[in-house]
Amino acid sequence: MANKLIGEMGLHTKISNIFAARNIITAKDALSMPEFELMELIDVGMKETKSAVALISEATSPPCQSARSLLERKVENEHLSGHLPTHLKGLDETLCGGIPCGVLTELVGPPGIGKSQFCMKLALSASFPAAYGGLDGRVVYIDVESKFSSRRVIEMGLESFPEVFHLKGMAQEMAGRILVLRPTSLANFTESIQELKDSILQNQVKLLVIDSMTALLSGENKQGAQRQHQLGWHISFLKSLAEFSRIPIVVTNQVRSQNRDETSQYSFQVSLQQLH
Amino acid sequence: MEAWRLALSSSIRGKLISAGYTSLSSISSVSSSDLARDANITEDEAFEILKLANQSSGSNSCNGNRSLINGAKNAWDMLHEEESLPRITTSCSDLDNILGGGISCRDVTEIGGVPGIGKTQIGIQLSVNVQIPREFGGLGGKAIYIDTEGSFMVERALQIAEACVEDMEEYTGYMHKHFKANQVQMKPKDILENIFYFRVCSYTEQIALVNHLDKFISENKDVKVVIVDSITFHFRQDFDDLVQRTRVLSEMALKFMKLAKKFSLAVVLLNQVTTKYTEGSFQLALALGDSWSHSCTNRVILYWNGDERYAYIDKSPSLPSASASYTVTSRGLRNSSSSSKRVKMM
Repeated sequence: MANKLIGEMGLHTKISNIFAARNIITAKDALSMPEFELMELIDVGMKETKSAVALISEATSPPCQSARSLLERKVENEHLSGHLPTHLKGLDETLCGGIPCGVLTELVGPPGIGKSQFCMKLALSASFPAAYGGLDGRVVYIDVESKFSSRRVIEMGLESFPEVFHLKGMAQEMAGRILVLRPTSLANFTESIQELKDSILQNQVKLLVIDSMTALLSGENKQGAQRQHQLGWHISFLKSLAEFSRIPIVVTNQVRSQNRDETSQYSFQVSLQQLH
Repeated sequence: MEAWRLALSSSIRGKLISAGYTSLSSISSVSSSDLARDANITEDEAFEILKLANQSSGSNSCNGNRSLINGAKNAWDMLHEEESLPRITTSCSDLDNILGGGISCRDVTEIGGVPGIGKTQIGIQLSVNVQIPREFGGLGGKAIYIDTEGSFMVERALQIAEACVEDMEEYTGYMHKHFKANQVQMKPKDILENIFYFRVCSYTEQIALVNHLDKFISENKDVKVVIVDSITFHFRQDFDDLVQRTRVLSEMALKFMKLAKKFSLAVVLLNQVTTKYTEGSFQLALALGDSWSHSCTNRVILYWNGDERYAYIDKSPSLPSASASYTVTSRGLRNSSSSSKRVKMM
């Protein structure tokens, strides 16, 4: 929407030409500066500038939906109203059905708690046909730390869903739907997720698991604030990927211990403490 | 006042000044046709200029029994207005108390806090509570929810709406003294129908939407709250030029204030948190910088105190600084009791 062309918005030809002459081609160009500055730049009266901006804004604004129609659309179009069941009763109840589709879900925990196991279980249940609570589709599993074990997945399948797994050829079919990627570097990872964007719809990918996000950075050299920024683009990309293709994306993260004294506070908290 | 201060395009201004019209008094004393001829502009343009000049020169032509300056109101009249201003309850009476009854309409309130403290929860709660009908002490209005992060969970909104309807039904039981919950006109799905949801994906869309809100609200006059969740998100990542960002944000804040005053609605802006290095240590502060922090009328900071959630009035023209605790329950925002605290990591 930000890149919508001003030329196609139905503005008065005179203004349209002025915008083009000043190299203001997309809505982003026009709206990235305060109105007064725009007026100075295009050398047109305030009233005309305001009405041009109003028209551009109306054309660029996102559409309005009532919350009710959002809900109804989810119920109608998405399997299980857009949730992937975890098969943990309490968790599924709290999450209103399971891991939500169309958003990024983060699994956080200390080492050894079972994050990778959880991911493998999710991957398995997503590959199942709908009748067994699955999403009946492929799963892309990005395994950065080489924690994925197919033997373990099949064992999970045999124990948790015996009715399905004992059927002839089912194990092969289900396991065959889980595609495992082992990126060797951040650049490699970036490439892979960019490729995914196009192939998700074509290949019926219904779940993306990234285990783990932090391990991607451990190989890279930068420190502190730059480290955070490195993944910033990827997170945004994954977020929009999830929303666009309406699939759940599960990401794991590690915890780091924090000293109580280290916890940051607001300035008013510091002054309140000093009073006591 | 000088002519170059008028809001005109630079070429017309240039023509005026080179024709010798440097002060407002020189412009207002001449007729539009003379001005057009002297400055080499069209009659229409001259007429516009004269109109602008007369507006800016202030009113020496004041009405005797009206105020001295056009558009001013005296403080006594405003007191009556301020006291009768409706407020939107947060469903947590402790929080309402420190807010002077709730979130005030005609004001811009900024609410900031770390991730997970409950900003989106407050946003959803307010968009439901604004719809509480007048007979229950509410505003009976509609809500606009601008989602920049994708945090809005429609199932959660339904949960909160259902709890709200149940509370209203219980209330009618008390009111009519038969202590039996009575059927209420409003249904949870109706509440969802009155939340206008916009999903914004870039700062361009955010600016465009704020510009467009004037027209949208004129066509939907019963909107009484505009919630932006969060105003920070797109401006933090994608805007490289910080000076430009400050200017664009200030303009946006002004537009929100105008909307609040014009339509008598509440604007609630949810903000994220950043760490600043001051006084020898890292401290938390709301994002978007110092200039932005001047833009909002009221500021509420949500924070953790041990394992409990607290809200602190950081900035307000009329309320004292105070803290109150609140909790987020399955029914929405409520007063805290000792049992509902943050779950400790095992």
